[in-house]
Amino acid sequence: MSLTDKTIAELRDGFRAGDFSAREIAEEFNAAVDAADALNAYLVKTPELALEAAEAADKARGSDSLKPLSGIPLGMKDLFATEGVLTSAGSKMLGNFLPPYESTVSANLKAAGAGMLGKLNMDEFAMGSSNETCAHGPVISPWRREGSNAAITPGGSSGGSASAVSARIAPGATGTDTGGSIRQPAAFTGICGIKPTYGRCSRWGIVSFASSLDQAGPMARTVRDCAIMLEAMCGFDPKDSTSLDVEVPQWEAGLSSDLKGKKVGIPREYRIDGTPGEINALWDQGVEWLRDAGAEPVEISLPHSKYALPTYYIIAPAEASSNLARYDGVRYGLREVVEGGGLHDMYKATRAEGFGDEVKRRIMIGTYVLSAGFYDAYFTKAQKVRALIKQDFRKAFEQCDMILTPTAPSAAFALGEKSDDPIAMYLNDVFAVPASLAGLPAMSVPGGVNGDGLPLGLHLIGNELDEQTVLNAGLAIEERAPSIELPKKWW
Amino acid sequence: MSDYVIKGQTGDWEVVIGLEIHAQVTSNAKLFSGAATAFGAEPNTQVSLVDAAMPGMLPVPNRECIRQAVRTGMAIDAQINRFSRFDRKNYFYADLPQGYQISQLYHPIVGEGEITVLVDEKDENSAKTIGVERIHLEQDAGKLMHDQHPTMSYVDLNRCGVALMEIVSKPDMRSPAEAGAYIRKLRSILRYVGSCDGNMEEGSMRADVNVSVRRPGEEFGTRTETKNVNSVRFVQQVIEYEAKRQVAAIEAGEEVVQETRLFNPDKGVTKPLRSKEDAHDYRYFPDPDLLPVELEDEFLAECRASLPELPDAKRKRYEDLGISVYNAAVLTAEVENARWFDRLLDAGADAVAASNWANSVLPGLLNAKEVAFDDPRNTPEVSAEILAMVDKGEISKGQAKEVFEYYLDSGDSPAKIVEDKGLKQTSDTGAIEAKVDEVLAANADKVQQYKDGKQALFGFFVGQTMKAMQGKANPQVVNQILRAKLDE
Amino acid sequence: MSVTQEQVRHIANLARIEMSEEETERLLPELNKILGWVEQLGEVDTDGVEPLTAVIDQQLRFRDDEVTDGDIRDKVLENAPDAQHGFFAVPKVIE
Repeated sequence: MSLTDKTIAELRDGFRAGDFSAREIAEEFNAAVDAADALNAYLVKTPELALEAAEAADKARGSDSLKPLSGIPLGMKDLFATEGVLTSAGSKMLGNFLPPYESTVSANLKAAGAGMLGKLNMDEFAMGSSNETCAHGPVISPWRREGSNAAITPGGSSGGSASAVSARIAPGATGTDTGGSIRQPAAFTGICGIKPTYGRCSRWGIVSFASSLDQAGPMARTVRDCAIMLEAMCGFDPKDSTSLDVEVPQWEAGLSSDLKGKKVGIPREYRIDGTPGEINALWDQGVEWLRDAGAEPVEISLPHSKYALPTYYIIAPAEASSNLARYDGVRYGLREVVEGGGLHDMYKATRAEGFGDEVKRRIMIGTYVLSAGFYDAYFTKAQKVRALIKQDFRKAFEQCDMILTPTAPSAAFALGEKSDDPIAMYLNDVFAVPASLAGLPAMSVPGGVNGDGLPLGLHLIGNELDEQTVLNAGLAIEERAPSIELPKKWW
Repeated sequence: MSDYVIKGQTGDWEVVIGLEIHAQVTSNAKLFSGAATAFGAEPNTQVSLVDAAMPGMLPVPNRECIRQAVRTGMAIDAQINRFSRFDRKNYFYADLPQGYQISQLYHPIVGEGEITVLVDEKDENSAKTIGVERIHLEQDAGKLMHDQHPTMSYVDLNRCGVALMEIVSKPDMRSPAEAGAYIRKLRSILRYVGSCDGNMEEGSMRADVNVSVRRPGEEFGTRTETKNVNSVRFVQQVIEYEAKRQVAAIEAGEEVVQETRLFNPDKGVTKPLRSKEDAHDYRYFPDPDLLPVELEDEFLAECRASLPELPDAKRKRYEDLGISVYNAAVLTAEVENARWFDRLLDAGADAVAASNWANSVLPGLLNAKEVAFDDPRNTPEVSAEILAMVDKGEISKGQAKEVFEYYLDSGDSPAKIVEDKGLKQTSDTGAIEAKVDEVLAANADKVQQYKDGKQALFGFFVGQTMKAMQGKANPQVVNQILRAKLDE
Repeated sequence: MSVTQEQVRHIANLARIEMSEEETERLLPELNKILGWVEQLGEVDTDGVEPLTAVIDQQLRFRDDEVTDGDIRDKVLENAPDAQHGFFAVPKVIE
């Protein structure tokens, strides 16, 4: 078995046991990365950084000073600022931006001993659900429908991360999730991904999309791997005013698939007309797996669920329209100068050239809903509905310990299939968005494959700060679901 | 109350003034970053990655800035809002790296308060209370320089993110004099509190001047806002200019346009700030990078406990000590002078004598020697020592000036100066009486003339006695003895 | 509420994005569709509901008033498209 086929836990344990060196791990992954250009997952490759960390890990093993992620090379979503390494957020706008700083989350991973294989492609500024809005071309999923060679989306916005992990060109990768951007691509590519409670991961140094929703999290092959990465990524950061000053639990040590005494809530409002039968069937199967693990299913109500997506598509664009105002061609990134034009002409030309269609669309919506005369009708209204959605979850968690839903209303689709209907695209996140609006921890774990042989995910939502229950339920599903065979290399 | 009227062709007009004062909060670091706030640094050296709005950078508020805003609010008896929020004000400009200014629109940290001013410092009856609508915190912008390059502007972000308090008055002022008194009083309070250094030349205080005109007693007219006026004199010029311009416009049948204007200090006129771009739509919304500001009892208690005696209270105390209204007003206007004067009182000086000395005598002495008031030599203790000698009759008031001048030159103690220069005057009645007797004996003819009614000769006898005493006699004692002897 | 072509131009200007007539024409139906879709929030009774301000209950923390940053002009300017004499250089504002 090749080293690239191993999970993070297996790599870590094998490396510690002396079965192989960190350098061997890094070299194998570097080679695999190099051989996977067809997927367009990596925007920047940093083999030297992976090797550098590997050398340090090998030394540390000799001197018995290993860190939690010593020997593990990871992929980094391009939304994380990485010092001296090109950071583009999947956009033309940032040009050749070399951050003179390192995001807190990537610095935490580094400090935990992890190496970096490179920067992973993504939807532009994390706005998208199919990785087609990226300025550097779409990421291709390693998955294909049975009997077809059509390029499939890995989902988005963390599509590069999902594609890389499922293609085994990274044992794990960072993602960010504003309205499903970790969970939906994880589901589309047959891997795990968790978005922790809002505030667990510092947002400092992550290119902002929607500040009140953005949250980083790990994407990896197993629940255990997610727990390992999450422990290293989280932690209080005084540089982020919304960072939670709470202890980071030992999630890996706390893993247990015994769910006796736990109640799993099944929200009746998530039975949406038009959801494919295979999705609902998997959901029912998931309930049975959790029951088998000792949990008691209870029907719950989240009455404002149907308003979550419209709420999200007011709040997220509004915040984004303001967060993206800093891309103006003055201090970094692209600048388009208009011959004979002034400052404002430069702004307009730069932003017209630098932003792609989807980003422009969202900036336009966000600008509109904040503008004079519309603010209360749209933005304030959405913030009120958001409060009701939050309240729905509060009430639900009085009756249950976790909530199970499908991750996405469909399996991965082919590139181009939904790209001309924004709302159809937005509906991808119908199950994922409510937890984002409520700031709750939520995870996608693989549940099986559909009739086309494409993976489907199950979605677990936990109460505030209760990532452990989410991970444990994820583990229970992982142990019971048919094991998913990741795609063989065709790329 | 105000008798300031604009005489139009169609009658009298009243001017209505509201001021928005932007006061730079005194703090070491910026409102949301750890970069320094000092004035005059090399361009872009006091800029953090947060101030430069690098991708993913986040604001963390500076406690001291919050504290200073709260203390300022307390100093004007304002409502302190335990819950406030920061909002984003969105617009594009090269001095605004984020593309928005973090400010407080919907929930400012300080609500309504008031400031009482003396429009005429000599007249206690000229007091007027001006309402303050709110105080909120916001970020200052950077600086653009237009004259360094033919086609480019240069951007310096050193000031970008420095904390400002925007202190918004109600439209309660009715004359340039009232506006001037308000700004001076506000500046005085800020400097007492220590929340702003009040340095208008360095831009620590700037005013946006809202002016409208109306027929007395009628509804408010349409106002204009003249931005960034940086001296009391200019604010008054703006008011005068705008009031006349608006009256002329209305009387000519035109409408006053609600607009933003800029003041040209060289020409003394205001001009509309042309913006061919959109009408402003700032799209304020709560900053999602920040949580609401919630103030706790302990924090508020410390803010209150740390407030010094404020100008009004101090002035009242001085007046109660017998100091004149005018002197009390002058002494309390500048916090440094007031603190200096308090030390003079603490050193035991008589309040009234000290107030005259500090207001009428000392400034001239310092000026003549080109010594600044805050020169380390000008200690209240030295003044107290000199005033004590006057009080005891050891030196005359005239000699007191001389002693102080010698002191500035030599640094010797007043006691030593008086000793060395033989300035000490005598109140020894025996010695003075002896000289008086000699003078009267030597001038018997004049004594007779005096007794016959030529009262003006009294001064002559004083002069002769002083001369005989070589100037060292206490004039009051000389007077007493002379009167006793001549009028007996 | 439906957006007009003129509003689209106004919004594009507020957002400082140059848009051709063709682009605003293309965006118009898209924006109207999205806005029409989000307007279903109108169905929700939100009387007396406070808008959500912080998704996870916690208190704002403050930094101490210490100079801990700055004096990094090179870092501040190193990505600038045009930096001159220690300043960012931008085209002049044309009134």
